[in-house]
Amino acid sequence: MTAVGDRPIGFGPLKRKEDARFIRGKGNYLDDIRLPGMVHMAILRSPFAHAKINSIDTSAALALPGVAAVITAKDLETLGLAWMPTISYDTQAVLAGDKVRFQGQEVAAVIAIDEYIARDALQLIDVDYEPLPAVVNARKALDEDAPLIRDDKDGQLDNLASPTWEAGDEESTDKAFAEADTIVSRDIIYPRCHPAPLETCGMIADFNPETGQLDLYNGNQAPHAHRTVYAHVAGLAEHMIRIKCNDIGGGFGNKVPVYPGYVCAIAGSIVAGVPVKWIEDRSENLMSTGFARDYIMKSDICAKDGKITGLRVDVIADHGAFDSTAQPTKFPAGFFHIVCGSYDLQASHVKVKAVYTNKAPGGVAYRCSFRITEAVYLVERMVEALALEMHIDPIDLRMQSFIGTEQFPYETTTGWTYDSGDYHKTMRVAMDIAGYEDLRQEQEEKRARGELMGIGISFFTEGVGAGPRKHMDILGLAMNDGADLRVHPSGKAVVSLSAQTQGQGHETTFAQIVAEELGIPPEDVEVRHGDTDKSPYGLGTYGSRSTPVSGAAVAVVSRKVRDKARAIAAQMLETRPEDLAWEKGRWYVKGDPSVGATIFDITERAYSGDSLPEGMEGGLDAQVIYDPPNLTYPYGAYIAVVDVDPETAHVTVRRFIAVDDCGVRINPMIVDGQIHGGLAEGVGIALMEVITFDEEGNCLNGSFMDYLIPTALECPDFELGATVTPCPHHPLGAKGVGESPNVGSPPAIVNAVIDALQPLGVNHVDMPCTPARVWAAMQGNAAPPQ
Amino acid sequence: MQTPARFDYERATSLQGAIASLKEHEDSRIIAGGHSLLPMMKLRLASPTRLIDINDLTDLQYIREEGDEIAIGALTRHVELLKSELLAEHFPLFKDAELVIADPVVRNRGTIGGSLCQADAAEDLSAVCAAVKATVVITGADGTRTVPMDQFHLGPWTTAVGEGEILTEVRIAKRPGGGSAHEKVERRAGDWAIAAASAAVWIDGGVITDAGIALSAVGLTTIDLTRAEELLRGQPPSEELFEQAGAIASEDCMPIPDSRGPVDYKRHLAGVLTKRALRKATARALS
Repeated sequence: MTAVGDRPIGFGPLKRKEDARFIRGKGNYLDDIRLPGMVHMAILRSPFAHAKINSIDTSAALALPGVAAVITAKDLETLGLAWMPTISYDTQAVLAGDKVRFQGQEVAAVIAIDEYIARDALQLIDVDYEPLPAVVNARKALDEDAPLIRDDKDGQLDNLASPTWEAGDEESTDKAFAEADTIVSRDIIYPRCHPAPLETCGMIADFNPETGQLDLYNGNQAPHAHRTVYAHVAGLAEHMIRIKCNDIGGGFGNKVPVYPGYVCAIAGSIVAGVPVKWIEDRSENLMSTGFARDYIMKSDICAKDGKITGLRVDVIADHGAFDSTAQPTKFPAGFFHIVCGSYDLQASHVKVKAVYTNKAPGGVAYRCSFRITEAVYLVERMVEALALEMHIDPIDLRMQSFIGTEQFPYETTTGWTYDSGDYHKTMRVAMDIAGYEDLRQEQEEKRARGELMGIGISFFTEGVGAGPRKHMDILGLAMNDGADLRVHPSGKAVVSLSAQTQGQGHETTFAQIVAEELGIPPEDVEVRHGDTDKSPYGLGTYGSRSTPVSGAAVAVVSRKVRDKARAIAAQMLETRPEDLAWEKGRWYVKGDPSVGATIFDITERAYSGDSLPEGMEGGLDAQVIYDPPNLTYPYGAYIAVVDVDPETAHVTVRRFIAVDDCGVRINPMIVDGQIHGGLAEGVGIALMEVITFDEEGNCLNGSFMDYLIPTALECPDFELGATVTPCPHHPLGAKGVGESPNVGSPPAIVNAVIDALQPLGVNHVDMPCTPARVWAAMQGNAAPPQ
Repeated sequence: MQTPARFDYERATSLQGAIASLKEHEDSRIIAGGHSLLPMMKLRLASPTRLIDINDLTDLQYIREEGDEIAIGALTRHVELLKSELLAEHFPLFKDAELVIADPVVRNRGTIGGSLCQADAAEDLSAVCAAVKATVVITGADGTRTVPMDQFHLGPWTTAVGEGEILTEVRIAKRPGGGSAHEKVERRAGDWAIAAASAAVWIDGGVITDAGIALSAVGLTTIDLTRAEELLRGQPPSEELFEQAGAIASEDCMPIPDSRGPVDYKRHLAGVLTKRALRKATARALS
């Protein structure tokens, strides 16, 4: 049986189980939780980007009726919590004691009986700041006269956040350039933007002084890893900490880090002995929590005989005041060195230097696998620039330079082993959907009439599903994930995961994997996650890890159960396990398919008083921890069609064609939904999303009036296509897709804008392509964002 | 969560009661749609001691013909301006503007009175009302007075509405041969304008007898383009004339650089949008 009515038992389009509650407004988010005796916390933040703190007077705030406590760095010092480690082995002030290092930095926390009084009290805290000159421009952070930001770090004499990191080979790259017949150079910026989940960050910390148990309600993307961090930071016993994530209103990388507010809420609950709730507001989220990107890149690309041969990139990474970049330990620039892209290059070389500035910390992977978005943007912009220089069609140049199907597994010049792909085919599917030749024809006609229409291409390869324990870890923790499957006597099942959904549809997708492997209908499989007491250990959800790692874990654990079921079935059918064959939901006798046992018959037997095979324990459960043998490498071909108003410079994305190859699709409907969401974010990043600062380091985008996220009105009716090249090492052949559309779409749109502006001779514009910035480019004044 | 400072709240049951309460309580504010005031309070940029809620004063919620005028009650919501057939017939620029003001949630609650009284230079309806030469009716304890739009905005965030007074009505004269349009460029649907232009023309015998042009978001207040209006009067409409009016718009606006754009772009946009609004208004007048 493979379907009940139109509902698949296993893979196929299936409406999301979780949507029944979400579309009725019955989701249960952090702010919906009210615990008995709960008090509220609010955080005072620095108005300055860089200032010495001379004193903090909290007496007036403490005198306000309803205020229970005011916490400052001094109080945290006594608990050993004034500083905390970041995900990148730096330290970050929980509350600023010596000085503030970015606007919006946490300075004091007020605990009060309600959130109104807590906020009123913030205005009564008197902080004596002595403003210092701020480092705002990352290019100037290493100037000799640049003020030192991290004077808290022993031996830190400049604003270098981490030593220069390199990948690829400089010498052979120089050789490729020496032999090339065309070389193009560009300065390309991926501006600072923000994941901006609609549910902001927050926590309820509930410490029980009698038992020592600490319950933390906190929507985050890696609950098990967070628990380990709290155990180390707070010196609490890990087994006495429980993190519960309820429904999460978006993460996109923003909910990977541990934030100072979490630590303050924990400290507050330990001190107060009652639950403490802290929910940040929109401005706090945009101004202080993990930003993304902020890569200033200088690049050269070269070609010989019509084919791309070499790439050089020199990056300044702006990490803000503390290095809390999200990345595996051995990769200080994340996976940026996948910048050689989808092309069979002769050589490439990457250099990344990271600096501190007086801006919020972050560098989180905003719907991208550790800096792959920056890499894809860079290489796809450079390829476009090269095609322009060579006066050839940008698709032709790509087709000439792609890694060939026969070359897989393919070792890139920066050390990745791409497992599979048929790039030419996927590109052709996109061209067909777009009607590429007709589009070029239309463009020519419009150009003759003075209209500005552009066609932009992007072809990306991602490395997702980090990662093999032999190659990578985060804070010393292997990037593996667990799954625990329990099939109950009635044939209903619960699968518990270490991955944590933030809206991606895990409750449906993972149930479908169990259904596919065992033949139990997906509605009879409950997916449990987000509670560290009720799920196996694992590193969580980011970097498109869920299906590549946790999905594999669920497949493997299901197969473990299926193998046990086979042994039980053999006994039931009085035959040997090797004489049985599997069809979905049933073991049957080879040669006599009418004799068999369904998974439900077998489950009943496993729990019954009847005998089981010699030495076998009762029940039908299994547990696994999955260690992926390699990353998975989803790819895709995207084509954007834009119209630019010749007078106002307003950009309209008229069409967007996205052909993704994410391997086997478990629920194509969810995959399409993921792609729609990521493409919308890509439209936002390309056209409007940016975090900028003035010369004093004031953040200029601290609300949704100034940090624009796109609406349906900016998004065309997305045209999707698919090719399926199964991942050879993933148990299901799946590769992950969540981030692909965000990774792949911005360069397609920017390339389209530049293509539209060819009649004006414009060959570069940085994101975001707002009307004002595009108009400046049309006047020959393209400038990077501030 | 962003929370406002402490304030008192009352729900007005009559216009005179609301006016009396405004007078009685220092730093009290009228609230209707609240889509500008409440965010300012939550960001603690505004801290009124008392909100007087006039949402029950439905007597102030109407769009109707009164003789040679169209009268719009101050409590009329954006969505009602958007859907009004009467306005679409006589002053289609209202619909142009309402299609690009914020989003349906805001349009369902926000009011014309609130929009004008907020006196935000980037707000669209102020330019719309200025272009069609509207007058506003202000009511106080001693009765009502009328103020023409070009005297209503005294500066950024300040209006001719005095202490203990409420804006109660907007009136626009119907004149034959009229056409109007509103043009706006925004970074994203629902955003404030980078620049917007409202234009109205009245044409008789192939000649523009009167014109009104006002710009949003390119100055500290709504900009009345009186020099361009003078240029148009007595002239037959033409592309060249609209170009000249656009050039005046570029010169006479006073934009401030911000994240929406630099001064040169905003001046350029003021010119382009003025030209486009005049072109469309004229086509409508002649149709």
